[in-house]
Amino acid sequence: MTEFLNRRAFLARSAVLGCSLAASPLLTPVSFAAAPWDNRLVVIILRGAMDGLDVVRPYGDRDFAGHRPGALRGLGDGPDGAQDLDGFFALHPALSPLLPLWARGQVGFVHAVSTPYRDKRSHFDGQDLLEAGTVDMAAGAGRDGWLNRMLQHVPGVEAETAYAIGHDEMLLMKGRAQVADWSPDVGLRLSPQAVRLAEMVMHDDPLFRDAFAEAMLLSGTDAQGGMAAEPMQMQDMMPAATDMSAMTPMTGGDMQGGGMDAATTAGHTPAEIARAKGNQPHHKIAAFAGKKLRGDTRIASFSLNGWDTHQGQDRSMDQALGRLSDTILTLRDSMGGPAWGKTTIVAMTEFGRTARWNGSGGTDHGTAGAMLLAGGALKGGRVLGDWPGLAEADLYARRDLMPTRDVRAHAAWLMRGLFGLDQALLERAIFPGLDMGGNPGLLL
Amino acid sequence: MAKFTPTLAEIRFGSGLSPTLPSVESTQQMLARLTGPDLNADSFPIETFTDFRERMIRKQDLTKARRKLRGKPEGQELLKQVKLEQQAARIEWSRWTGRALMRRAWGRDGFRERLVGFWADHFTAQGKRGLLRRATAPYVEDSIRPHITGTFADLVVAATTAPLMLHYLDQQLSTGPNSDKAARRGPKAGLNENLAREVLELHTLGVDGPYTQGDVRELAELFTGMIYTPKQGFKFQKDMAEPGAETVLGVSYGGGKPNIADIRAALVDLANHPATARHIAQKLAVHFVSDTPDPALVDALAARFQDTGGDLLQVYTALLDHPAAWQPALQNVKPPFDFLASAFRALQPPADFFDSADEKTMKQVAASQLTRMGQPWERPTGPDGWPEEDAAWITPQGLAARMHWAMVIPSRMLDPLPDPRDFVAAALGDYAPEPLLFSARAAENRREGVGLVLASPAFQRR
Repeated sequence: MTEFLNRRAFLARSAVLGCSLAASPLLTPVSFAAAPWDNRLVVIILRGAMDGLDVVRPYGDRDFAGHRPGALRGLGDGPDGAQDLDGFFALHPALSPLLPLWARGQVGFVHAVSTPYRDKRSHFDGQDLLEAGTVDMAAGAGRDGWLNRMLQHVPGVEAETAYAIGHDEMLLMKGRAQVADWSPDVGLRLSPQAVRLAEMVMHDDPLFRDAFAEAMLLSGTDAQGGMAAEPMQMQDMMPAATDMSAMTPMTGGDMQGGGMDAATTAGHTPAEIARAKGNQPHHKIAAFAGKKLRGDTRIASFSLNGWDTHQGQDRSMDQALGRLSDTILTLRDSMGGPAWGKTTIVAMTEFGRTARWNGSGGTDHGTAGAMLLAGGALKGGRVLGDWPGLAEADLYARRDLMPTRDVRAHAAWLMRGLFGLDQALLERAIFPGLDMGGNPGLLL
Repeated sequence: MAKFTPTLAEIRFGSGLSPTLPSVESTQQMLARLTGPDLNADSFPIETFTDFRERMIRKQDLTKARRKLRGKPEGQELLKQVKLEQQAARIEWSRWTGRALMRRAWGRDGFRERLVGFWADHFTAQGKRGLLRRATAPYVEDSIRPHITGTFADLVVAATTAPLMLHYLDQQLSTGPNSDKAARRGPKAGLNENLAREVLELHTLGVDGPYTQGDVRELAELFTGMIYTPKQGFKFQKDMAEPGAETVLGVSYGGGKPNIADIRAALVDLANHPATARHIAQKLAVHFVSDTPDPALVDALAARFQDTGGDLLQVYTALLDHPAAWQPALQNVKPPFDFLASAFRALQPPADFFDSADEKTMKQVAASQLTRMGQPWERPTGPDGWPEEDAAWITPQGLAARMHWAMVIPSRMLDPLPDPRDFVAAALGDYAPEPLLFSARAAENRREGVGLVLASPAFQRR
C-alpha cells in the first residue's frame, strides 16, 4: 500500500492529476538533463566563528606565542602535534588527516580574511552578512544569498543542480533560483490516495504546496539511490513494511572503493573508523552531498556548527575540526575520482576570534579569520593571504587579527574560474560593492 | 473590526482546540488565569532546578569519592553509580519533555504555556556537558515560569543569574582582570564577554540597540563574580569581581565594594530602556501574531511596556486588546514542538502516557521526531533560540517529517484512532476548510485521515 514514489512515477501521476501541482515551479518545464557545466562547488558555512589563528597557527610571527601561550606545544613532535605547513604557519593537529591532501595540493588556506562586517561581532548578523554577500544589511540585502544569485546568472539550472542540505537554514542558497532543499535523515511514505488528498489539502497555501511537491520529488529520488540509515528505526512503527532494499545505508558501497587509499590506511584512527561507519549527521550530509555531486548536482551547501569556543577551546576545536576533516574526506570518498577532480570546496565562517586567549581557555568574538579550501580542482598546498602581523598595533581594535582582504574576493575568483562568470557581474550582482582585486590563482 | 473568539483564542494564543476541554470565554479570563494558581504545573510536575542540583551534588560527591579509589573494585562500583545518575537524568529529560507537551494537551490555561515557551526561547540556555545537558526544563521551571507576569526587569534578573545561563554563556569562568583571583592565578584568569554581549544583543536592547563594543566590555567587567555551585546555586564570588566602577550606556555602576546590587541595577536599567521596549514588543508581535505584524500593534505593545515600567501582564493585556491580534485568517506556522503540543491536545492521548512509557518510546514519540522536523528539543544552535519565520520550518524535509509524524505516531498513542470526520471538527471547528473536510471523509483509513488533518496548513498555522 505504501510506497516510495520515484521521480518518474511522481511526474506521470502529476500529469494525470493535472490540477494542483501544475503551479509548482518544479513541474513546469522540468527536465533532468545534466547541467551544461561540469565543475562542482561545495560551500560549507562554519557557524559560530572559527578561530583561524588556532586552525592555521602563525608560529613564525614573533608575537604569536605571547598571545597564545601553549599553542605551539607539540610543534614538530610528530603526528600528535601541530604540523608545520610552510615554515611560517602550522596546522592544528586535529586537521592532520588532511595532510595527505595538502601534500597533493588538494587542501589550502587563506588567512586574515573577513566579510565587511565590523565591530558588533554578533554571530547572527555576521552569518547573515556572510551569506547575503553584501557590504551591509541595508534595505534589500538579506532577501537572497550570494550562491543563489550566482545560480540566477548561469544557464541550465535544473531541479537537482543545487542542493542545500541538512536542517540548518541556509540563507546563502535562498532566492529566486531553484535550489533543492533536503536532509538525508528524513523519510516520507504515503499511499497514493494520501498523496492525492495531501495535494488537495495543501493546494491553497503556497508555502505548504511547494514544500510538499519538492518533498515528494526528493524523497522519491532518495528511494532510488538509497537512504540514510536512521529511518530504519521507524520500520517497526510502519503498518505496512516497505521495501527494505531501498534503505541500505548508502555509505556502505562507497566507502570501500575510494574510502581509504594508501595515504590513510596505515592504522585506522577512531576518526577513520567513525567515518567508515558514517553514522553521525555530518557524515550523512557529506555522503549525501557527495553522491549527488557524482550525479547531476553541481552546487551543494550545508553548515557545520560548534565553532564558538569561548572556553575549553582545546577540546571543542578537536571535535569541530574532526568533523570538518571527516566531512571533506567523506565528500571525496563518496564523490569518486572523476567528480572530485572537478570539485572545489570552500569552508567559511562569519568572523574570527580574539588574538589572545580569554580568561577561560578560549577566545571571544573577533574580526579576521581563515578560510579553508579543498578539492581536486584546487591549486592548494599553500596558505594564501597578506599577513598583517600580530603586534598590538597591527591588531584590529588592538584585539583581533586585522582583515587584509575581503573573504568574498576569493569566493568570487573561484566562481569566475569554475563557471566563467564575468568579473563585472560578480562585483555588481553577486557580491555588490566588492572589489575583487588581483587573481589569487586558486584553481589548477 | 476583528475581535476575540474562543476558537481563535485557543488556536492563536493557546495550543489549539481540544475535543473535551472547553475553550476560554474572554480575554479577561485568559489574563485572570495567568495570575491564578498554576494548575498545569501541578498536574504535570517538572523538576525544579533546586531539586536538579541535588543530582549534581550526588554526582559530584560520587566522582570525588571515586577519585580516591581509582583502580580498586570499590572505585568501579562508584563509577557505575555515576553512570546511573547520568542515565537517570537522561530518562527524566524525556519525561519532562513529555510532561511539557501534556501541560499543553490537558491544561485549561493555554496562554500561560505559550508565554513560558516564548520567554524560555527568548532567554535560551542549555547545558553544554555532564548532567547540565538535561537541565533546561528545570531552569525554565525556576527562572522563567514564576516570573512571566511580573516586570520584565524581574525576568531579566532571574534569567541572567540562573546557574544554567551562567554556565551556557560562560560567565562561570569570567574573572576581572584586576580581581584578587586574577592576581593569584595570573594570565590564566580573565574576562569572558559572552553573557554580557548576549544580554545586550538578545535579551534586552537588541542587535540594533545603542550599544558599542565598549559597553559589552564594561558590562562583562561588571558581571564578574557571578558564578554558581551545585551546593549553593547562584553565588556572588567577590574575589573574581573586577574592582572599580563600570560605565554601561553612559551610566556608572559600582565603584564601592563589589556587589550583586550593582549588577542588578544595570540589568534593571537595560530592561527598562526604550530600545528594549521596542525589541520585546516586536518579538511578542511576531511570535503571537505574524512574521510581519501590524506596526500599530508593535507600537501599542512598546508604549504599554514603557508606560508601565515593563509590567508584563499589562503588555499581554495590550496584546489581547488590540484588534490586529484577532485578524481571523490563521497566520504563523507552529514550530515543531507547538505542532506536537496541539496534535496532543486534539488527540488527547492518556494524560499519564509519559509516566509509564520507556525511554525509547518517549523518544520515538517526541524528541527524535522534533529533531527530524528541525527542532532538536532544547538544543537550538545558538542563544538566539528558534527561528520565527514560517519558511524556516516548512521546508521540504521539515514538512516531510511533520507528515511522517502525523501519519505514524498517533496510532502509537491511541487505540482506536478517532473517526477522521469527527476529528477534523473537534481539532479545527469552523477553521476546517472544505478540501480538508473532504479529505477527512475520503481517506483510505483512519490513520491517514487523522494524519491528513494534522498535516494540513489549517492545523499547522495559528
